[in-house]
Amino acid sequence: MSSTHPHITPLKVYFLVFATLIAGTWLTYFVAYKDFGWLNTPVAMAIAIVKAGVVVLYFMHVKWQSRLTMMFAAGGFIWLFTLFAFTLQDYFTRSWMPLYQ
Amino acid sequence: MSSVDATGLAHHFEDLEQQREAATLGMWAFLVTEIMFFGGLFGAYVVYRTMYPQAWDNASNQLDVLLGAVNTTVLIVSSLTMALAVRCAAKGNNRQVAGFTFLTLLLGFVFLGVKVIEYKHKWDHHLMPGPNFQLDGVVGGHEQIFFALYFAMTGMHAFHMIIGAGLMLWVILKALRNDYTPQNHTHVEMIGLYWHFVDIVWIFLFPLLYLLGKHGHAIGAVVTGGH
Repeated sequence: MSSTHPHITPLKVYFLVFATLIAGTWLTYFVAYKDFGWLNTPVAMAIAIVKAGVVVLYFMHVKWQSRLTMMFAAGGFIWLFTLFAFTLQDYFTRSWMPLYQ
Repeated sequence: MSSVDATGLAHHFEDLEQQREAATLGMWAFLVTEIMFFGGLFGAYVVYRTMYPQAWDNASNQLDVLLGAVNTTVLIVSSLTMALAVRCAAKGNNRQVAGFTFLTLLLGFVFLGVKVIEYKHKWDHHLMPGPNFQLDGVVGGHEQIFFALYFAMTGMHAFHMIIGAGLMLWVILKALRNDYTPQNHTHVEMIGLYWHFVDIVWIFLFPLLYLLGKHGHAIGAVVTGGH
């Protein structure tokens, strides 16, 4: 991508992403009234992650950015995962320790 | 701004492409800090929801799903108009940049307006955490933690949107001055990244705040107070 020829995303792509986001919102609403037991939250989060993914890749143009920018973008979510992993391995295992009961 | 030439190239960059690359990287570095900032709130959410699942279903059912869904849609449309504004800037069409950005700004205000209606409703129904908190049939009060996080998360999100609205005005002013060219429209591109990020936060907030109590264990808004 050179400065004289900026990347222009075809309109079709934007409307497809938009349709995906609207469909995803509808699907989130639809499955919220179903009961999948322990899978309820994973299903809702899976849909949200797909929605966030298309926003990052297409609306935020990460698909057409440099590798370095891609690494920065991915880094945010890797550190977020780390934050959750370390917090939850503490909270979820506290009841295993008789000391704190 | 004497160190910026007529094409908008600052003196410390080799060319516009390098300048754009640096801005994009810097913007993403900022967005990573934003992800971690909201991540802390989401982390608190996960911990307390795991501790008090029934209280969270009860509290969540006090929210208006329809208003939440409407706002989700409004924000998605605003993300589309923002993306189209950036696309028009890449083609050097400043009039359309101003138009689409104005639409984005309007949709942002619709979102905030709906949020005001929701906050007013929570206030009137004593769902604000504190000494006046009151939820029929509920003992224990862990529902207050849900509402504390509800106001913290949606409040910080709304605050980001208010900042975004200010940025939209800046884009409109620059577009009206014909500042954007196919070679240099990094300004609107970076503000677009910010707006889409705010949209992504809401994509997660909507199911996590509005929909968790709808799976049938606490159907409707009937509060069972199961502690």
